[in-house]
Amino acid sequence: MVPLHFQTIAELSGRLERRELSAVELTQALIARTKAVEPRVHAFNSLDETDALAQAVASDARRAAGQSRGPLDGIPVGLKDVIAVTGQPLTASSKILQNFVSPYDATVTRNLKNAGAVLFGRLNCDEFAMGSSNENSAFGPAANPWDTTRVPGGSSGGSAAALAAGEVIASLGSDTGGSIRQPAALCGLVGLKPTYGLVSRYGLVAYASSLDQIGPFGRTTEDVALVLRAIAGHDPLDSTSFKADVPDYRAALAGPAPRRIGIPKEYFGEGLDPEIGAAVEAAVKFYRDRGCEVKEVSLPHTQYCLDAYYVIATAEASSNLARFDGVRYGHRSKAATDAIDLYAKSRAEGFGAEVKRRIILGTYVLSSGYYDAYYLRAQKVRTLIRQDFLKAFAEVDTLLTPTSPVPAFKIGEKADPLAMYLLDIYTIGVNLAGLPAASVPCGFTSGGLPIGLQLIGQPFKEADLLALAHTYEQAQEWSRRTPNL
Amino acid sequence: MSAPQDFNVDYLAQLARLALTPEEKARFAAQLGDVLHHIEQLAKVDVTGVEPTAHAFPIENVWDADVPRPGLSVADALRNAPAQRENMISVPKVVE
Repeated sequence: MVPLHFQTIAELSGRLERRELSAVELTQALIARTKAVEPRVHAFNSLDETDALAQAVASDARRAAGQSRGPLDGIPVGLKDVIAVTGQPLTASSKILQNFVSPYDATVTRNLKNAGAVLFGRLNCDEFAMGSSNENSAFGPAANPWDTTRVPGGSSGGSAAALAAGEVIASLGSDTGGSIRQPAALCGLVGLKPTYGLVSRYGLVAYASSLDQIGPFGRTTEDVALVLRAIAGHDPLDSTSFKADVPDYRAALAGPAPRRIGIPKEYFGEGLDPEIGAAVEAAVKFYRDRGCEVKEVSLPHTQYCLDAYYVIATAEASSNLARFDGVRYGHRSKAATDAIDLYAKSRAEGFGAEVKRRIILGTYVLSSGYYDAYYLRAQKVRTLIRQDFLKAFAEVDTLLTPTSPVPAFKIGEKADPLAMYLLDIYTIGVNLAGLPAASVPCGFTSGGLPIGLQLIGQPFKEADLLALAHTYEQAQEWSRRTPNL
Repeated sequence: MSAPQDFNVDYLAQLARLALTPEEKARFAAQLGDVLHHIEQLAKVDVTGVEPTAHAFPIENVWDADVPRPGLSVADALRNAPAQRENMISVPKVVE
């Protein structure tokens, strides 16, 4: 039998419903599992065991009173440490917020509480969600449970590592340029970046506001569907929140999946690891063999995605992170002599290298004389990138690509920032266009490292996307493998 | 690759309110030189007549009802303040 900590929400919620298991027993099992593996995985920035157990006690009481709130009631869910939870630390893996305690809940936090989930710790990530390896955390890197000498991906590396290691049953991350999908691929999980605006960003520490989107990690598409249903929906507290329908994504898994699949030729060129290419080609064959219409399409501005992204994202980051000045909250330098010195020294002492690099780059592209040449031009290129996707969706329902060009690499292997930025080559376009996309396990390398397949959908058609992913998942055994940790 | 000649890291650090060390300035200038060289590719794209996209979908401003309601308590508002005095956030003197 699969150990408790590697079971799915769907399995565990059934056991909770049948009273074969209590939420307290499940939470205690995960606390024990976390204590056993956390020294090797370092997926958590903080975990309040007393609070988690109190939530589990409340869940059991609800169930005993016949007032269960549904499939997430009593299920431990971890949150990336950029999502606010009242009374709990919110650090964004940064020294500048090391002692910050959130005075309010993010909307997704409130939604999960309303669904009865047990909020189980705040998970490690790259500082302010900037990175593709989780090595930029001020509190040390998280490790990949499949090989703890390797990265779990980033920036939501802790969210992926905790789930892959069996420390949580599901988790939330945030995705600005691939930060859910890439770690999902590197850790053998399903990760979904929803359509921009489907999930509220209220209470998410902002990195690049026009690109950031909160989304779920799960062991299966069914689990991702369950969590998405709980967190999606219009929020009047977020001006970018869309008034979109929130269907029953789990029920939609059994429905008809879209049948026209496009393969963007630009995503299969130089730099793609041959084993990943072969695994993705095998997935293409799977869909073709099941009667899907598979055709090559072109996204001609793909080569400019990375450049547009790093201009827009760093510009927005330099603006968003201006609020961290050492005045009202966060780290304050003790060496400052006046107000300006206070800002400059507090920020210099509080931010790590990658954050400083992106602030400097963002300041440059927004500075007088360069705004038109960089920022405005990048926004125009963004328009062309979005149009490419919309033209492709006139011919096909879904796009299929690799998620990451390489499998999990060694911690410390990629010291050059540009080399690290290039790892997001297949995921960034989706954020620029605001589309939904999922990474689904599609095999393992000969060295035993997970490989991910990316499915890109049309805006607000997450149900179709998950149904297509589910069809593939049901015919494979990739999602049932667990790391030997 | 080094940074372009107009990439003045001292000036940018001042604009960004970041007190960088000389080592950081040298390192960032070199690293960002590589990134900027890559980003120069954007100049190859013909964007004549193309409208910029700030958000993937249209967004509307959200107006809150102008009615009093409870907010954070003083204790909660001050909980994360790095320095406080007499129920206020204490800051360095900004006028002589």
